[in-house]
Amino acid sequence: MQNAKRTADLIAPAGPAPAWTGFATLLYKELLRFWKVSFQTVAAPVLTAVLYLLIFGHALEGRVQVYERLSYTAFLVPGLVMMSMLQNAFANSSSSLIQSKVTGNLVFVLLTPLSHVEFFGAYVVASMVRGLAVGAGVLVVTLPFASVSVEHPFWAAGFALAGCAILGTMGLLAGIWAEKFDQLAAFQSFIIMPLTFLAGVFYSIHSLPAFWERASRLNPFFYMIDGFRYGFFGVSDVDPAASLAIVGVFLAGLAAITLGLLKTGYRLRH
Amino acid sequence: MVAAIEIRGLVKRYGALQALAGIDLEIQPGEFFGLLGPNGAGKTTLISILAGLARADSGSARVLGHDVVADYRSSRRLLGVVPQELVFDPFFTVRETLAIQSGYYGLRANGDWIDEVMHHLDLASKADANMRTLSGGMKRRVLIAQALVHRPPVIVLDEPTAGVDVELRQGLWEFIRRLNRDGHTVVLTTHYIEEAEMLCDRIAMLKTGRIVALDATAELIRRFHALYLRVRLEGTVPERLASLAVGSEAGRHTFKLGEYAEVETALAELRATGARILEMELVQPDLEEVFVQIMRGAGTPDAERETHR
Repeated sequence: MQNAKRTADLIAPAGPAPAWTGFATLLYKELLRFWKVSFQTVAAPVLTAVLYLLIFGHALEGRVQVYERLSYTAFLVPGLVMMSMLQNAFANSSSSLIQSKVTGNLVFVLLTPLSHVEFFGAYVVASMVRGLAVGAGVLVVTLPFASVSVEHPFWAAGFALAGCAILGTMGLLAGIWAEKFDQLAAFQSFIIMPLTFLAGVFYSIHSLPAFWERASRLNPFFYMIDGFRYGFFGVSDVDPAASLAIVGVFLAGLAAITLGLLKTGYRLRH
Repeated sequence: MVAAIEIRGLVKRYGALQALAGIDLEIQPGEFFGLLGPNGAGKTTLISILAGLARADSGSARVLGHDVVADYRSSRRLLGVVPQELVFDPFFTVRETLAIQSGYYGLRANGDWIDEVMHHLDLASKADANMRTLSGGMKRRVLIAQALVHRPPVIVLDEPTAGVDVELRQGLWEFIRRLNRDGHTVVLTTHYIEEAEMLCDRIAMLKTGRIVALDATAELIRRFHALYLRVRLEGTVPERLASLAVGSEAGRHTFKLGEYAEVETALAELRATGARILEMELVQPDLEEVFVQIMRGAGTPDAERETHR
């Protein structure tokens, strides 16, 4: 700050800044955050999914026939891909936000002109990218174990994107609500895990007793996994258009709640 | 001229705790302003509301005319805040931290300015070091650099030298002074009264969420224009002088006098009673003394507030 730079220069022109720069920077930071530790955030969940495939595939192959002409291992692949995407999309936004809250460095974002919409967008899109990266990884490494084809790629992509967006949003919600790491862990153990495991990753809900089949239909995660599986095999328990509509409404509702909380600064701005 | 900071009737409550009980304050562009008060006086709450980190229950705050709630994008662009706590993002290097912070403000190609800020804060040699590896003092400097990436005309520093060693403190003071000379409005909260006395043109003292004193620093000190005569004596203290004593213990006495002329009278009285002076010193009040008196309730809030708005 030599004398050459006088006040007049320092009082920066308050003209409109490039509209996307703030959002793009926060997104970039969120991507960098998980990419710098991708061994932990991408490679590890891929390995976990492969272990599921090997263990359940080995234990149940030949004993469980879900759809005709479809091996159990092949049936398992889309479910595992989706489950990994959902869990990692959730983990990304929730752990990023709680870490920033607990360590206090969230202040660097809160002090800036970023709006609640930009904040929401950056966290959710970064979560989606992580979810999709893990999903792609799981798909690639499981291919040698089962012959899987993607019959309707657009349906598969639609459900993958929507599922990751939903879990990224739920992660944001959990991160906003939680004030300690163990609260977040509770959210994950008591809400996310049961909803995922009971969504038909390992079975078709048609194989369930009537009560549990009906109960499964109340679980929004079921529609994500069922619809995603339709994208692969062209068969599903529920019409994929209906599933996508339900998933879309669920996403819109969650997004509205989360945006509302961010706008009021709930548990972020005191 | 629009005020750098304009605060009207600010009230904030955290449950049963009244953090701010109606604050009115105006700070003009170019001022070097100090916010003083004990812990819990409301300094950080006030800054948090200005910065949008907290929401007021009632009242308003503006930065260069922009409301911090209704027009937060503008107000935050004009404000640089150095938080009190030593926070950092362990994922990034110093340069990454500053580039990312610039981006949040919509600035893409900010490298030249970042280099300049790092240079002035002696951070250049640590530019590519991870934040985790920096010492506390270095992290503090990065916090200051982060508050400056968008060249804010108004800078708020919440206890910038807390926990900083003496040498670095001098350097930081010099740097903050220079910012002020270059036209930035600077608002500083501090526990070190000496720091406020040395740096600030004007000071507000806060106590339990209220401003109990607000004046030019020199004026605040002048207003408490008492003079203290400290003596160690052999003998007795004359009656009139005893009534002026503010402390007497084991032959050591402190008398509060109005002005220098009274010193002579006091000495004459002592001589008259045959007391022998072993040690003597004259003490003028400094800001610390003023602060202690005001916090004890010696300052009358209403009288303080009408002057020098």
